Amino acid sequence: MTDHLKSLLVGGALICGSSAHAVELEVTHWWTSGGEAAAVAKFADAWNATGNTWVDGAIAGSGGTARPIIISRILGGDPMAATQLNHGRQAEELIEAGLLLDLTDVAEAGGWADIVNPSSLLDSCTLDGKIYCVPVNIHSAQWMWLSHAAYEKAGVPVPTDWNEFVASAAKLQEADILPLAMGQQGWQQNLAFGALTIAVAGTDAWRAVTVNKDADVAAGPEFKAVFEAAANARELARGSNVQDWNQATNMVITGSAGAQLMGDWAQGEFAVAEQVEGTDYSCLPGLGLNDVLDTGGDAFYFPVNDDPEITAAQKELAALLISPEVQVSFNLAKGSLPVRGDIDMSAANGCMQKGLDILADGGVLPSGDQSLSADTQTQIEDLMAQFWSGDMSAADAQESYADLIRKAD
Amino acid sequence: MTTASDSSSSMTKRPNRLFKNWMAKLASVPMILTALVVFVGGTAWTIVYSFTGSRMLPKTKWVGFDQYERLWDTDRWIISIKNLAIYGSCSMILTLFLGFCLAACLDRKIRYESAFRTIFLYPFALSFVVTGLVWQWILNPDFGLQNVVRSWGWESFTFNPLNDPNTVIYGILIAGLWQGTGLIMCIMLAGLRGIDEDIWKAAKVDGIGTVKTYVMVIIPMMRPVFVTALVLIASGIIKLYDLVVAQTGGGPGLASEVPAKYVIEYMFRAQNLGQGFAASTMMLCSVVIILIPWAYLEFGGKKRG
Repeated sequence: MTDHLKSLLVGGALICGSSAHAVELEVTHWWTSGGEAAAVAKFADAWNATGNTWVDGAIAGSGGTARPIIISRILGGDPMAATQLNHGRQAEELIEAGLLLDLTDVAEAGGWADIVNPSSLLDSCTLDGKIYCVPVNIHSAQWMWLSHAAYEKAGVPVPTDWNEFVASAAKLQEADILPLAMGQQGWQQNLAFGALTIAVAGTDAWRAVTVNKDADVAAGPEFKAVFEAAANARELARGSNVQDWNQATNMVITGSAGAQLMGDWAQGEFAVAEQVEGTDYSCLPGLGLNDVLDTGGDAFYFPVNDDPEITAAQKELAALLISPEVQVSFNLAKGSLPVRGDIDMSAANGCMQKGLDILADGGVLPSGDQSLSADTQTQIEDLMAQFWSGDMSAADAQESYADLIRKAD
Repeated sequence: MTTASDSSSSMTKRPNRLFKNWMAKLASVPMILTALVVFVGGTAWTIVYSFTGSRMLPKTKWVGFDQYERLWDTDRWIISIKNLAIYGSCSMILTLFLGFCLAACLDRKIRYESAFRTIFLYPFALSFVVTGLVWQWILNPDFGLQNVVRSWGWESFTFNPLNDPNTVIYGILIAGLWQGTGLIMCIMLAGLRGIDEDIWKAAKVDGIGTVKTYVMVIIPMMRPVFVTALVLIASGIIKLYDLVVAQTGGGPGLASEVPAKYVIEYMFRAQNLGQGFAASTMMLCSVVIILIPWAYLEFGGKKRG
């Protein structure tokens, strides 16, 4: 609450101070963990170097906490100058209500259409041919993280794909190691399910369901296999009593669990624990079965402002965020993939390089955020929470899932 | 509920004092207007928009009872209602019972009474979020109560309510009781202190036992105190949200979801205002269904009769 109050005060100060030449822009985001804060500082430094002032409006808590605050500020007539949101359908209604700045001229001047890779990122910023946001990074969810220490203890080689992992699970259990670490929260379970879908059912079936909302495919044999794999994974994760994703990652780091299904942001935790990719842990994009990654991520939106000076500064900031130097420094600090393919990321570590290779090969899918509305996402997360922590049968879960897809808008 | 008890006290004064203190009444007009616009107006607005297909922004796209049909078709809502029913009934009975027992014990003129009173009331000074976190740690099997008892040598001791979908709501209940009982105890104690000493002397002369005096004489005399306690507990039950968020986040799975959490999450996280409004309207309905007959019995029927 005090943070919120502070940002209101800052917003007030912004209005008073806007007549000065150097423009202060208040930027809200929810990047508050160690690595994330370091990454935001790269943005702020770059913006301050232009002679303007970056007023940091970090909102503690995850996107689920921050998004309502951000949206209610925009709706309530107290907009910040720029804000982070996940690109996708989250801002759709704000754009329709005319509350967000049209960045089409900046995008054309910067040639975004040519440099943004994959182009689906720009598509999800686009509504009716106009561009409303600037994508800044890519996060993908289809990763499996494996603990070398756990496999050493169990005396089996580290698996190279999901099927090997399932086969090795019994050995892990004999060595008193939990095969699969899983935080007991709906979004993590949904993430694991999504990763399994792409690995087991393949991209065509995934696309049919998530993008085209084809309920028949969701009720069909490909997804039957997915739900059976998920039911199997559920058994492997029995006894995983942690809640937060980083607690689950910590089980992999300490070797008390064999593996975790989590997005690429998990490598920040391995980095903090000073573990080395390849010797302490391994990462398998697409669970080693299907080399594809979805391309969710973060984007910045700029609420409409009456002051032409601020509007000009907003456009300047938009151009800055996607400039090559800023993209490199930001994404290296954050451990995420850059949104443009024409920059030098050779300083990135092994897992990031794997991700970059997949991007370069075009193995990309849009993220669920880009195709499903927040409402449908929440319903699916609820179903997953129920499925993973109870003993709902795979068939029942599939039926409910197909039902949700049928009703999705 | 508080408005109901306020109106009852003004009801008794109304016949001859309507125009007395008119300055004070004039001064309270802004408050009355705020209550009407914010509470009544806001409630009406919510109910009206629960019949629309509003997503992130309120829109007048009428969909009839669709939101309600979807609501009652959703497992999560049914689980939430069941949880609130279990938590509500247990919390109501146990808080009253424990609160009264503690107050009665303190009232037996024990030594260090004020120290005990402070200890019992202390949890009430903590926010629900702190309470939730503290109990999440205490009930954590790896470094909480279970671990402590096992380290004493009772190896097979198992107490892990928060990770079992069937018992998680009782884990929350423990935390809720820990926090709420102290206040009820203080209210009860104040009520007990209000009982005339002569009553006790009279009971003694008649040779009535202590427990029997409490049950047959003292408790009936404390009726207004019980009503106050009841209102406080009931409003705490309906509001149950932050404790769950801090302690379990609604998990494992959906096992400790509560209606207030459903409302918040569907309004803001799922960006489906219509669904959230429908759920909050159902919460209002359940309160009204319980409140109206009770208020009628408590204030209407008795005073007139």
